[in-house]
Amino acid sequence: MAPPANRRSSYSRRAQYTTFLSYTAGVLGAAVGLALVVISLVNPGFFSALRGLADDATEPAAQAAAGSRDLGRDAWADISGFFHSGSEHARIQRELAEAKVRLVEARATMAENKRLKSLMGLSEEAGGAVAYARLTASTSASTRRYAVLGAGRDRGVAPGMPIRSQMGLVGRVLEVGSSSARVLLVTDSESVVPVRRATDGVAAFAQGNGDGTLRIRLINLGINPLRKGDVLVTSGSGGLYRPGTPMAIVTDLIRDGAIARVLSNPSDTDYVMVEKSWAPPPPPPPASDAAVKKR
Amino acid sequence: MFQRPASRSVSGQRINHAPSRIVARSFPWLTIMLASLVPGWFLIASAPVMPPLGFLLYLGWRQLRPGLLPIWAGLPLGLFDDLFSGQPFGCAVLLWSITAIVLEIVELRLPWRNFVTEWLMAMGLIVAYIVLCLALANIAGASSPLRVIVPQVVISVLSYPLVGRVVAMFDRIRLAPIVVLR
Repeated sequence: MAPPANRRSSYSRRAQYTTFLSYTAGVLGAAVGLALVVISLVNPGFFSALRGLADDATEPAAQAAAGSRDLGRDAWADISGFFHSGSEHARIQRELAEAKVRLVEARATMAENKRLKSLMGLSEEAGGAVAYARLTASTSASTRRYAVLGAGRDRGVAPGMPIRSQMGLVGRVLEVGSSSARVLLVTDSESVVPVRRATDGVAAFAQGNGDGTLRIRLINLGINPLRKGDVLVTSGSGGLYRPGTPMAIVTDLIRDGAIARVLSNPSDTDYVMVEKSWAPPPPPPPASDAAVKKR
Repeated sequence: MFQRPASRSVSGQRINHAPSRIVARSFPWLTIMLASLVPGWFLIASAPVMPPLGFLLYLGWRQLRPGLLPIWAGLPLGLFDDLFSGQPFGCAVLLWSITAIVLEIVELRLPWRNFVTEWLMAMGLIVAYIVLCLALANIAGASSPLRVIVPQVVISVLSYPLVGRVVAMFDRIRLAPIVVLR
């Protein structure tokens, strides 16, 4: 079929108007989209209430899906575990014996720590868990890395609270709805977490790459002290993230830092813990310099 | 790619039965909305790996049944997709609307259709869509490099014929004669 020479849909006025109006509506839709994009670029939080409502509305169904997701993963683990249960059993027994010794050592260290801290007059505030919940959904088709948490204002979740699993830091709460919350995962390229090396405290920033890895940027440039296999924990500088939460392991070195893998793969975690956002103790007030000068 | 029933009566002929008007009208909208919403539930992804299924289905319906979805369908469907996609709000509204217009214009110019031309057309639109989504997200504050979306582009382009088959299956469900005529 060749395209008609006359592109008019028909000689009927009505048909022509209908075609014209439908095209106009299409262009109008694009214009509305452009306006929405501009609004969300200027004010990213403008539509958060709308997104929160949508997440709240779909939360029950997403919870059910999250449950089935766990079930599927467990079934696979059961099957694969069946095949190497014998060798695993022997290995675990060996490790358990070692771990028992380590545990005694750790208890002694903990007691010593407590004694030293009480000597220095430091008081330790309890790291409080606000809620335990599932990550119910994620933006798996977008380059942004958001997840939806199955707990919201109803369970005391507030923006800025860090989220962690038993393996390490997962992200932080960005927007809160009444029964769900939007989480910025640490692998998002807009997430920057201050970290330090677990062994000696080399300070760095961990920024998401968007592809599941983290980019470690050292604060002090110079000779790169990082090595493959180094474990990074949050340093707590700037507040928000409690210091000492395990975060990532270095996999590749680059000139001014490293590429690291996140320790807690969010797709492997069952439940995550919402922590209180951590505020460092306020710095001691400066010697009243200003007050002196005023006089 | 698509199986086009020659006429409505060919698909699932039953005496004294006709397809439900409501199902026939609403089914495309429903399936596209579900495709925007549901894939996020099954994976807490740490990289963009899933194809944008809402967009693929939208394209599939448009190519299988031109004119079934109006040109302005990108506005409501894109709004729904934006609620869950994580992109800057309005991204899908804008890009889906433009897609509809581009597809309409190209089909006016190029009325011949076969598997290859439809796939090529969809390929161009899918690649443009994913790259523009990345660009919009980066303008809004992210800084993901282009290589992040390469796996997603490949998966999306290769899975499109499969999506086409699924849309054709949905089309047969849509036109299943379930209403008894008197």
